Amino acid sequence: MARALTPSSSTLPARKAVESGAWAERLGWTLASLATFVALWALAAEMVGSRHLPGPIAVFDVVVREASTGVLWTHLFATLLRVTAAFTVAMFVGAAIGLLIGSNRFADRFFDSWLILFLNLPALVIIALCYVWFGTTELTAILAVAINKIPNVAVQMREGARSLSKDLTEMAQIYGFGKWKTLRHVVIPQLAPFWAAAARSGLALVWKIVLVVEALGGHSTGVGHQIHTAFGSYDVPQILAYALAFIVVIQIVEFGVLQPLQARVNKWRR
Amino acid sequence: MAALEKATLDPLRVELQRKTFPPVGGRDELTVLQNVRFEVKPRSFVVLTGPSGCGKSTLLNIIAGLDKDYEGRIDLGHGTPRVSFIFQTPRLLPWRTVRENISLALPDGDPRHARIDEILEQVGLTQAATAYPERTSLGMQRRAALARGFIQEPDILFMDEPFVSLDDPTAQGLRELLTGLWNRRPTTVLFVTHDRYEAVMLGTRILRLSAGSASIIHDDEVRLTAADRTDRTKVVAEQRRIFQD
Repeated sequence: MARALTPSSSTLPARKAVESGAWAERLGWTLASLATFVALWALAAEMVGSRHLPGPIAVFDVVVREASTGVLWTHLFATLLRVTAAFTVAMFVGAAIGLLIGSNRFADRFFDSWLILFLNLPALVIIALCYVWFGTTELTAILAVAINKIPNVAVQMREGARSLSKDLTEMAQIYGFGKWKTLRHVVIPQLAPFWAAAARSGLALVWKIVLVVEALGGHSTGVGHQIHTAFGSYDVPQILAYALAFIVVIQIVEFGVLQPLQARVNKWRR
Repeated sequence: MAALEKATLDPLRVELQRKTFPPVGGRDELTVLQNVRFEVKPRSFVVLTGPSGCGKSTLLNIIAGLDKDYEGRIDLGHGTPRVSFIFQTPRLLPWRTVRENISLALPDGDPRHARIDEILEQVGLTQAATAYPERTSLGMQRRAALARGFIQEPDILFMDEPFVSLDDPTAQGLRELLTGLWNRRPTTVLFVTHDRYEAVMLGTRILRLSAGSASIIHDDEVRLTAADRTDRTKVVAEQRRIFQD
């Protein structure tokens, strides 16, 4: 495969061609691997022949049925809304805490053990305590999920703050950048990769915890509520249908929003 | 304007009693600079040289105001002079293009923005103006750093071994570029290097620091005309005279 050994501005079109070729190749691998997975799943379901292990077609039928009645969309939307809210809160609060700790040696030493404590606190404990203390409201659900995610974001942003370049800060000082210009052109670009990494690892974590919160909190909507109800009657096709539908939603967000965002903040890299 | 011209004619004064680094990891407190006193006439090109680790860079950082932890007094000659600092590494923002790096170093709406294309041409970066720094060579990055320093039209220009880790022809090309830019617009320069040839070729005055708790041990005028400086044998002869080597 042809590759540009010394990338420069003049070989940019060539780079793009190489990148789009690589992209097509990756898509091919993904499709082949997914097809194999579905085939193995169908084979296993066929061999076991139990209603507790439905094949892909049976699950897909449930997805279509739930989608056509509109029930699927209601629950997907409710969950997506909670994911978005909790994710946003966690990203901003976590970033603020991480930056504070990472840029202050005393805060770093003092709060390090708190971070470790919260990182190791099981999600279930946080959720249970939040419901006990604050009642089973919508706000509690979002708070419980956010608290689970905040320590992760804080740890990653702390690394970002610690690695801020003193060289560039001095440069900005000499050339009189001032606060706003320094923040926008010197600090934020250095933190962006850490933030993007925290966002990508965060999305998967947040949606899994949202389902648990929905199941435990007795909410009347959401994928978690639907799965909890289906679990009551051992309705496995229903459980798998909702899980798969939401995985698709999250992957759309991943490829449509987060990956382009990460590519954008990294486009200057060699 | 006349007042400004007059103000820039005040000499730069350095009266540094002591600079120490705090004890780290079992090492005692370290005195790097002691009793360093000198004056710099405006528009002279002063080279600070000495053995490596003698505190040249530390001294430059103190004079430029980047390091404020010292005993003594620095007087840059007038209120708030325009200052440029060309560092040992280019220190460009990798996420901004070469051109953006230069324009960001000027205040918004400053008339000097109009000169960016001209200065890019002078340093030979017209083609690379829209490239990201890491996609250009180290020599090009250093030229961009020079352009960023010169576009300021500084009253004082600090340079800390700006041409190290370049191959000889590239470094020599950049020295000639610097001489050209300086001849076009002479400004006060404080230039740190350990390269004696570079010191003689560029400087009008050479200050030598001693090793360990450094202070100034030699202060020499460089007796070369602009034409002499392009002649390698004359530079080498002057280097022999000053350094006696």
